Amino acid sequence: MSRYLIPLMILGVLAIFFARGLTLNPGYVPSPLIGKEAPSFKLPRLKDPSLTLGSEDMLGKLSLLNVWATWCVGCRQEHQYLNELAQNNVIPIYGLNWKDDRVAAVNWLNTLGDPYVASAFDGDGRVAIDWGVYGAPETFLIGQDGSVIYKHIAPLTNEIWEMEFLPLIQKHCQKFSCSSGDLE
Amino acid sequence: MTYRSNFLIMISCAALMTSIVWAIDAEPELESPTLQARYRLLINEIRCLVCQNQSIADSNAPLASDLRREVREMITGGSTDKEITTFLVARYGDFVLYRPPFNARTWVLWGAPLLFLGVGFLVFVRILRVRGNQPIDEGEGM
Amino acid sequence: MIPELGQLSLVLALCLATVQATLPLLGAAQGRADLMALARPAAAGQFVFVIAAFLILVQAFLVNDFSVLYVATNSNSALPVAYKVAAVWSAHEGSLLLWIAILSGWTFAVAAGSRHLPDVFASRVLGVLGIVSVGVMLFTLLTSNPFARLQPAAFEGNDLNPLLQDPALVMHPPILYAGYVGLAVPFGFAVAALLSAQLSQEWARWTRPWTIGAWIFLTIGIALGSWWAYYELGWGGWWFWDPVENASFMPWLAATALIHSLAVTERRGIFKSWTLLLAITAFSLSLLGTFLVRSGILISVHAFASDPARGLFILVLLSVISGGALILYAIRAHRMNQDGGFQPLSRESFLLLNNILLMLAAGLILIGTLYPLFVDALGMGKLSVGPPYFNLVFLLPTLPLVFLMGVGMHSFWRTMPKSVLVKRLKIPIILALLFGISFPLAVFGRATILTLVGCVAGMWVVAAAMLEPAQRLIKGDGSILKIRRSQWGMMVAHLGVGIFILGVTVTSSYSIETDQARAPGDSWELAGYQFVFRSTRDVIGPNYQAVEGEFEVRKDGRLLTVLTPQKRVYRVQQSPMTEAAIQSGLRQDIFIALGDSLGGGAWSLRVQYKPLIRFIWLGALIMALGGILAASDIRYRRQKQNQSQSSHDIDGSVAEII
Repeated sequence: MSRYLIPLMILGVLAIFFARGLTLNPGYVPSPLIGKEAPSFKLPRLKDPSLTLGSEDMLGKLSLLNVWATWCVGCRQEHQYLNELAQNNVIPIYGLNWKDDRVAAVNWLNTLGDPYVASAFDGDGRVAIDWGVYGAPETFLIGQDGSVIYKHIAPLTNEIWEMEFLPLIQKHCQKFSCSSGDLE
Repeated sequence: MTYRSNFLIMISCAALMTSIVWAIDAEPELESPTLQARYRLLINEIRCLVCQNQSIADSNAPLASDLRREVREMITGGSTDKEITTFLVARYGDFVLYRPPFNARTWVLWGAPLLFLGVGFLVFVRILRVRGNQPIDEGEGM
Repeated sequence: MIPELGQLSLVLALCLATVQATLPLLGAAQGRADLMALARPAAAGQFVFVIAAFLILVQAFLVNDFSVLYVATNSNSALPVAYKVAAVWSAHEGSLLLWIAILSGWTFAVAAGSRHLPDVFASRVLGVLGIVSVGVMLFTLLTSNPFARLQPAAFEGNDLNPLLQDPALVMHPPILYAGYVGLAVPFGFAVAALLSAQLSQEWARWTRPWTIGAWIFLTIGIALGSWWAYYELGWGGWWFWDPVENASFMPWLAATALIHSLAVTERRGIFKSWTLLLAITAFSLSLLGTFLVRSGILISVHAFASDPARGLFILVLLSVISGGALILYAIRAHRMNQDGGFQPLSRESFLLLNNILLMLAAGLILIGTLYPLFVDALGMGKLSVGPPYFNLVFLLPTLPLVFLMGVGMHSFWRTMPKSVLVKRLKIPIILALLFGISFPLAVFGRATILTLVGCVAGMWVVAAAMLEPAQRLIKGDGSILKIRRSQWGMMVAHLGVGIFILGVTVTSSYSIETDQARAPGDSWELAGYQFVFRSTRDVIGPNYQAVEGEFEVRKDGRLLTVLTPQKRVYRVQQSPMTEAAIQSGLRQDIFIALGDSLGGGAWSLRVQYKPLIRFIWLGALIMALGGILAASDIRYRRQKQNQSQSSHDIDGSVAEII
């Protein structure tokens, strides 16, 4: 009698997994960089190619690296919020301009506002690959120690900032005393 | 990760999907046929992260074309297949490979074939034993 | 106004289905003939209203009624008529209505074709089918109404996805669904048997033709899907182990195992609980497929736009229907056990092993398909399981299976003397080894071990399948005419498998695929063929504009054909799409597709050589033909037979097949 229950039990186990699966997002690819040292890079700046922007420039402070492009619809959506963050001096934001047209990108920033301390121009996408970028906009939270604390894929909003980024920032700043007013 | 961002990615992918349905490498083939063969095999086993239903060999997404370029450069630069896949996994995770790795997470997956065959064999043998002991002429009719 | 009638029609169908799902079952339990008599009329009524609803939706497409949201999303006035009809099932809501329509069709067929069955049993079968109908109808009406309105109505529709504007869309889903959904019939028979707590050999004889019928549709449906993907998606692949492809293949494996298990139950009265379990499993896998496509829990190229709420509904449906059946199975199946001995070397033994291996294959595919979900659900991150895993793992149960197939066909029931078997199979073995090894080497000049194994396996199955007719033909005494249709069916179906294996082996081993950049005037060589890129020109189609390339294909200097692949831009969605040009023949396909314009008249091209690829789908069609022969055997058309007919038809020859 008992072995006839096996098929039912298998169905039961599967059903539990399926129910759980309905709450998951199968297409979301988490970053293997979390907790590791941020990938090093050095690229010419978007606005002034004679200068460079690299991972070294981001050391020693909590910062965001935002991957953006003029062809990216979501980047347009989050731009207003990034401007706000920058205006309120919440956290320094560095930009990674991903596979974009330089002229169009500069115009974009001039028109819509430039929240970035500086943007690096990644014309051929190699640096983006090093950072595991696959769907702009992406925003990386980089710690005092140069490690990648968190990665968010999709436009950044205030809700996400408060619910996902702030708790991690607080936890990080308990370990490393953070400079500047980050904790809003 | 919201549904909205997933939605945006899917929309752009759907747009790409209804466009040139698959990508054709406009690059010339590699000089060495062995390397070219390795290249083709590799790019068919790497998953496109944008159009996740396709390998980077078939996907039209710009990222796929960038990744193909990386693979090509690494192959001509002398990297082994293992080095290339390790490179990609370090950046995108195991998700990027269509061939699941052998590790603690996948022992059930890779062990399943042998396990199933073993169980199947035991079941078969048991039934043979039971039926072998039953009278052969029994059974309704016939 | 009319779409609302469609919705009303569906609601009426639901009411009738509810009657069909409850009262006859009650009547069967209590022995009340008046309640049981409601089953057939309810089934017929349900069928009428469902078809009416379906036709109303078709009409909405044909008259371009863009006030219906579903029509506006999936159609366009410039869409050719055939595709307007096919667009009905191109997306989630409409394809559900197709599902329901096909289920009501099968239900009606069972109602009409079950007059020779005892009333209690027939009522139970129809009752179970009614329960399934009610579930899916509720799902459709509550969450996925195809008749929902768009306010204000759109001026024009969004157009059907160009990828779907293809003859295959007209055929593939209906035929595939006929298979998927048709498995509800043996499911119904199985549950009815469990409810009656009895299962006779007669039951197996009733169930088998319905099962084969569904199996035939499923075989053709899957083959169509594969063929479509091949020429439409253009990468020359014909099977990608996509979760939804797997979701159609697993029921096929289970249905195949079920047919073989029914053979044993019909003949010897044993394996009853296996047969019941397989019948329940086959339809459960169909429902699982429906769940996977529409819930969004797996990434798939076939996935309809999904949301978790709908997914939850289907999950509940799946749990109730399959879970209910399996509970019944757990309680009652042990009563079905029947004594009946057989030796390790016997037809029963081979069929048992066959089924174990088929279900192992299905189980492995299930694990591979669901593993990313398991890992993610347990919080262990993400991974992908793709063709490298499936191609490898699938061989493990199927290689032995293929070799055993040839042996099992020629075994006696109960016990098979080894010497007789060996004597019988000597010729197929020799032929298989001879041709299996020499053919690839002679034609292609090289072969790996796996290729040789595959060719030998394919030849072996072909030779073993056709041994009996070949021998009788040679004897020339007319004994070939005495082979019964069901025996022909079995041999032809297995012949189809052999041809399929040959196709897969050769195409996997010897295909050549290249991407190249070429300009008009260029010529090159591939696989012994010479190609010349003549020119390009502009073409205007009914709802698209295209650039067409002209390519000469020559062999040994002689012109074989001119291929004209197109790069189209569909006007409404402004989406570019490529139509490959294929020179197809039984021996090989030559395949050219345009990629991107590279400037200066040059284009990137994909050129492919695919030897014996047609054998893949030809094999499947021959399998289906075998099914048709088997299902139409005269003994299934007798009315109210008490004894199995085949016992009196034994002509004393070897291999009493059924």
